[in-house]
Amino acid sequence: MIKDQDFLKAKAAHCLDVAKKIGATNASVTIGHSISETVNFRNNNLDESNRSDGLVFTIDTYIGKKKSSISSSNLLDQNLNILIEKCYETTKITPEDEFNSLPDQNLLADSLQNLNIYDDTHIENGKKIDYLKELESAASEDTKIVNTESSFTEKKSNFILANSDGFCSGYKTSSFTASCVAVAKDETSMERDYEYSSKRYLDDIKEPKSLGKIASHQTIRKLSPKKIGSEKLSVIFDKRIAKGMLSAFASAISSSAIARGTSFLKDQLNEQIFSNSINIIDKPDIIKGLGSKNFDSEGVKSETINLVKEGVLKSYLVDTYNGRKLKLKSNGRSGGTTNLYFENGNQSYDELLKMNSKCIYITETIGHGSNLVTGDYSVGATGFLVENGQFKYPVNEITIAGNFKDMFKRIFLANDLDFEYSTNSPTMMIEGMTVAGK
Amino acid sequence: MSNFFDKSDLVRKDAENIVSDTLKNCDDGELYLEDSKSESIVLDDNKIKSSNYSSDLGFGFRAVSEEVVAYSYSNEISKDSLKNSAENLQSTLKSIKGTYNNEIPTSNKKFYNDINPIEQKTLNSKLEVLNKVNDYLRKKDGAVKQVTANFLGEHKSIEIIRSGGESITDIRPLIRFNVSVMLEKDGRKETGVYGIGGRQSYDDYLQNDNWKSVCEEAFRIALVNLESKPAPAGEMKVVLGPGWPAILIHEAIGHGLEGDFNRKKTSAFHNLMGQKVASEGVTIVDDGTIDNRRGSLTIDDEGTPTERTVLIENGILKNFMQDRLNARLMKTRSTGSGRRENYRHVVLPRMRNTMMLSGKQTQDEMIKSVDKGIFAVSFGGGQVDITSGKFVFNCTEAYEIINGKIGSPIKGATLIGDGPSILKEVSMVGNDMMLDPGIGTCGKAGQGVPVGVAQPSILIDKMTVGGTKL
Repeated sequence: MIKDQDFLKAKAAHCLDVAKKIGATNASVTIGHSISETVNFRNNNLDESNRSDGLVFTIDTYIGKKKSSISSSNLLDQNLNILIEKCYETTKITPEDEFNSLPDQNLLADSLQNLNIYDDTHIENGKKIDYLKELESAASEDTKIVNTESSFTEKKSNFILANSDGFCSGYKTSSFTASCVAVAKDETSMERDYEYSSKRYLDDIKEPKSLGKIASHQTIRKLSPKKIGSEKLSVIFDKRIAKGMLSAFASAISSSAIARGTSFLKDQLNEQIFSNSINIIDKPDIIKGLGSKNFDSEGVKSETINLVKEGVLKSYLVDTYNGRKLKLKSNGRSGGTTNLYFENGNQSYDELLKMNSKCIYITETIGHGSNLVTGDYSVGATGFLVENGQFKYPVNEITIAGNFKDMFKRIFLANDLDFEYSTNSPTMMIEGMTVAGK
Repeated sequence: MSNFFDKSDLVRKDAENIVSDTLKNCDDGELYLEDSKSESIVLDDNKIKSSNYSSDLGFGFRAVSEEVVAYSYSNEISKDSLKNSAENLQSTLKSIKGTYNNEIPTSNKKFYNDINPIEQKTLNSKLEVLNKVNDYLRKKDGAVKQVTANFLGEHKSIEIIRSGGESITDIRPLIRFNVSVMLEKDGRKETGVYGIGGRQSYDDYLQNDNWKSVCEEAFRIALVNLESKPAPAGEMKVVLGPGWPAILIHEAIGHGLEGDFNRKKTSAFHNLMGQKVASEGVTIVDDGTIDNRRGSLTIDDEGTPTERTVLIENGILKNFMQDRLNARLMKTRSTGSGRRENYRHVVLPRMRNTMMLSGKQTQDEMIKSVDKGIFAVSFGGGQVDITSGKFVFNCTEAYEIINGKIGSPIKGATLIGDGPSILKEVSMVGNDMMLDPGIGTCGKAGQGVPVGVAQPSILIDKMTVGGTKL
């Protein structure tokens, strides 16, 4: 059973007490508990079952403007006392930093909205196995599929965040995730692809048959890929890849990157960084949203922010520490974005595909080719050659490259946004990228 | 050595009995206990930004029957908790009839000392070094706009209890020291990063102001990048420098030679054993036995002593890297490659220190032989798609080669290639093998483990460079 709020609150109160008693001027504690159960299948047979049950405790202790932190998974009172003392001793010899402080009290979340992000339903491993059997039998129907691996994970978490200013709040969350990775083979090639579905509520998970079928279809269509020549081309990013562009954007506007001066978007507030058709929103209160939350990792209330309005950067993602450095108020984004998305564009998916007589449709990128200091972008990619809106043949062993500053201004979006992930984008096209192949 | 039963209501005898009872009809499995302490001290933006300490204690209980693995972990070492785990394993592996394999090799060799690097050096003295790094770099050049330096220290104590009560233990120190510097000149910003580390004390790395050479190297890379031009795009010849660029070997070849992917036939190498997969002169080993190296292990996380495993000898594929499960199913022996990030994770076959051995040519000969290509000296991360065999890595320091001469530095570009064929494109192997500085972390199935790499300079005849200049 997941530990209840009372248990976590009592532990948190104990920690704050101990910290205060030994001399900390302020303290902040997070205690989290999560239980997850996973069943893995491979080629229609049970492969692995995995159960995890873990508590995590983190405390920040302050002595004036000095701060230090400790974390542990061992929550016996005796161990906690030793660690808090060690944390306090470390704090004493850590230099002062004028920007260290607890968040402003008037910014803290004062009430909790029910976001429907916890489903108490428990699915027994036997039922998970039934789901996976159905999924894998659908995924492996085609004889070109030579291997399938799939899994079902149920996760329940609870946490409490408490600080010495009297903030004490937390709530339960749940997630159910089913995934399938398939391998297909023909005379000349072997390819892998996947599909998954992750939801807050068990009933919202994709049907096993359709999940398996999609995984199988997406894999088979990649067989016998070709390498293409090097040229400037428009690149279409499948939704599952397009969201990565938003993640890079979010990292570049984090207040820590801005304060440190290590972002290509430094000094761009109120500047046009996208074309004027682009709007980017971070919305924490989407019902059942995978990124939904009431407050950030410091307890600051999270509200909807229009990060980019008609192409203009309107706001950074601000936490307390970096906010003080930048003379900005925290906007409840310590720990990052919530449900981040591009608003829909004004053309359909088909129209986007036909905008150029020749383009590359990317379904997967590999490598860590985003440099957020310079904005340079270069990654390995696999996908399809598209001519006049028609998928021609699969393509791999190519790279796509550009610089975010130029790429952002040449983004076109389809109108097919949905909320499959916590960060979501409609299908995206970026004109004039360098594709390197032969 | 941690005594995991000290502060617990669980006594060793009971733990042994639960393990033996649970695993009696299984083919394999063990109770893995782990006590780890780690610290991270970061200087950033002219200040000590954070000093974190973390202590983690827990067990992972694994039962293996044929191909099926049941795993349960908890961070509470108690009688109830272990019993719960045992029940959980038994519920997965109902009605099984295996025979527990009691055989596990032993060895007295140790590849690092039982030290606790965190406690060996006071916090104050670590803070002092970080502040010196910051001052040194900022005084060095006005273009230095940002300095980040950090220490990471770890002390991990593990015990493996097998059915029948056999106990195997190890104590693993690990440290890393890293410096990142950002320069700004004429409105242009570039970063240089360098680090060192291994299974020793901080002082083994930092005596005689050795931190200065780390600063110099990070600064040098940033300076080179300030002058960099857009990288070329397309297929061309690539010369790789010695040492850290061997992450190409790690991504392109290493992962594809891990036992699990080959047992499952999802690796592009699964049907190539005994065949020629590389040019003659290419020999690659995976070695867990080099003293104090980041990827070295006295025993792996199943208790098997590590070894030097020959993967490719003179171009011929000789061995895969194996843990016990995959070795049993593939009817071979474990190569001591079973690793896990910590007690929360199952064991997988993983790399340790992956090395291409020296050949006969010089780096000069390679450069001179290239009309148009690039010379890659250092890399950031890499990644591979095991199934298609395609792999990438990102240059952090590279130059163009024109008519046999090294030209201007080029911007970070991704290189992409095909694992099974890339080693056949190696036309020269240098005589200058070098180990990397001890900074690698390999990710697989969500688990990060410390690894090392090494190689001499090599010339690859054809690779796609993912620049922007056509």
